[in-house]
Amino acid sequence: MASVGIRDVRKAFGSTQVIHGVNIDINDGEFVILVGPSGCGKSTLLRMIAGLENISGGDIRIGDRVVNDVPPKERDIAMVFQNYALYPHMTVADNMAFSMKLRGAPKSEIEARVNKAAGILGLEKLLDRYPRQLSGGQRQRVAMGRAIVRDPQVFLFDEPLSNLDAKLRVQMRTEIKELHQRLKTTTVYVTHDQIEAMTMADKIVVMHDGIVEQMGAPLELYDRPANLFVAGFIGSPAMNFIRGKVRAGAPASVVTDAGGAFPLAIAPQGSDGRPVVYGMRPEHIHLDPNGLPAEVVVVEPTGSETQVVVRVAGSELVCVFRERITAGPGETIRISPDPKLVHVFDAETGKRLG
Amino acid sequence: MRGRAFRGAAVFVGAGGEPRPDRRRPGTSEMTENTAGRLAGADLHRPGFYDRLKINRNWLGFWFMLPAALILMLFLAYPLGKGFWLSFTDAKIGREGAWIGIENYEWLGLPWWDDADNVFWLSVFNTLLYTVVASILKFVIGLYLALLLNENLPFKALIRSIVLIPFVVPTVLSAIAFWWIFDSQFSIISWSLRHLGLLDHNINFLGDPNNARMSLIFANVWRGVPFIAITLLAGLQTVSPSLYEAATLDGANRWQNFRYVTFPILTPIIAVVMTFSVLLTFTDFQLVWAMTRGGPVNSTHLMATLSYQRAILAGNLGEGAAIAISMVPFLLVAIMISWFGLQRRKWQQGGQDD
Repeated sequence: MASVGIRDVRKAFGSTQVIHGVNIDINDGEFVILVGPSGCGKSTLLRMIAGLENISGGDIRIGDRVVNDVPPKERDIAMVFQNYALYPHMTVADNMAFSMKLRGAPKSEIEARVNKAAGILGLEKLLDRYPRQLSGGQRQRVAMGRAIVRDPQVFLFDEPLSNLDAKLRVQMRTEIKELHQRLKTTTVYVTHDQIEAMTMADKIVVMHDGIVEQMGAPLELYDRPANLFVAGFIGSPAMNFIRGKVRAGAPASVVTDAGGAFPLAIAPQGSDGRPVVYGMRPEHIHLDPNGLPAEVVVVEPTGSETQVVVRVAGSELVCVFRERITAGPGETIRISPDPKLVHVFDAETGKRLG
Repeated sequence: MRGRAFRGAAVFVGAGGEPRPDRRRPGTSEMTENTAGRLAGADLHRPGFYDRLKINRNWLGFWFMLPAALILMLFLAYPLGKGFWLSFTDAKIGREGAWIGIENYEWLGLPWWDDADNVFWLSVFNTLLYTVVASILKFVIGLYLALLLNENLPFKALIRSIVLIPFVVPTVLSAIAFWWIFDSQFSIISWSLRHLGLLDHNINFLGDPNNARMSLIFANVWRGVPFIAITLLAGLQTVSPSLYEAATLDGANRWQNFRYVTFPILTPIIAVVMTFSVLLTFTDFQLVWAMTRGGPVNSTHLMATLSYQRAILAGNLGEGAAIAISMVPFLLVAIMISWFGLQRRKWQQGGQDD
């Protein structure tokens, strides 16, 4: 096991720069998830750690060693690919044993390690099968088995669950997390799915257009997003944004052009009259007899909660209530966001205020 | 709709004379068919014989197959059968042959007989030499070219089309070109080597038995390589790049990547393309006939050219047919080998690819 250090790393394909100086510190044994929309450079960064892409600038350290010029096989990492990349002509056992065979490990050791990995992943009965004879989830597990057998310093996962159906994805999510808790191997995991990131990671790195937008523990990102991008990306359903101007005073609020006033616990210092974006998470909006009048647009009950789209002062908001809502479309309900849990961002820079 | 399905089924059942539950017509559910089966006796009109020929699925299939079957019978099966029959007669051009049993074959003899037909056995040797050496060379060079073309080369598309040229040029045309290249007086190779001062006399390319064999093999390889290279290239491009990346991370160098990943995955396509190549080389006629006509002193006679010479030029149809039919066992062996080679390997069975 080892820590991974990413220091001012840049990547350019020809004249197009796709990663613009990224700094990430990954502690020994940590489960770090790189998350972001497609094209944000997260997979490229992972491939640079693996050694499948050259590093155009900066350096990457695994343990105490700068690995910029170390070939992939000497970096002591193992990678799980999105399409699993299982060798179709080898059995499950041979797939897992391949790296050790190349290294010329003794047969008994190979067998012991393969059996151990198969035991961890519940693959004992499938060892003689070929990849084509396996289901998606089993292939996924074999791909992880191939990584475990090598007992590497770092596991790299490149969107490993995106080829699975929704139900299996949830199940594998738990399995991967359990596996990490058991093996405690440093893990870097790439996904575009913020729920995967929230549920699995020790630390999330949100990337966008080749830079790191924010880095931190999942709930830290949820509670205090550093900017508009992170605020909109983390959380589901996504945060509601409303443009307006701060009105200081007691109580402070953000006033929209249409005249709606949204409450603030305290106005950020020196922000009176400043144009801002006011953000509230759907789950932080409550029914409140003294709240703002809101016209119901759509009601989507899921059983445990009810998602309601409402129109307040000309803007549509998504709310999630624990209560069951009996109001139908066109009727008016009264809502108010929890002022302690709302977020305010500078309208120009998108940076968090306060 | 229900009425139509019902009627269709009734007609169909009537056609067979008895219910056939295993045949499904589109739009006919099992239930309607059963109902129809019960009612069939009491029912409607029974179609006549000609109607049945138009409606019955098996007959329809037969009609669709007929044109292709007729063409194959006329141009492949009939000549083969006729040749087989001719080989048991003493037919000459312009004279109906009489049945003489296996006398033609007795004349050819077996190689260790004193009175065996030495020219025939020489042609067998030549054919085997020609096939084996040319096929191996074509395979090695073709595979090498395919691997090369699979890399990221500048002007990739252009180079690929250039590689195909030898395959596109008509055989006789390229044979005539080679005839000049290998000419005893005007050979450009001899000329170049002489002017470079490496030789003081012309090479007797087509006048010396072994030189002639090598020259023919060279020309055959030149013609045959593109087909193999392009086919193997198509196979190479189906191999997912992530397999190579996975193997690289597993510690495979370039050779091991080829040996353990590329080659095994390519074997099914190699089996197909080499079967074709061997069959076409074994039965080659045009190239040899255009360049050497089997000379010098029969040293480049293949079974096909010898058969032609004896049957058409010398007029001994029976004897020529016997030589041609002698190729069949060799070809059968080649087909058997490839048939086993073409069997779906265990790893190709079951499941889908993704």
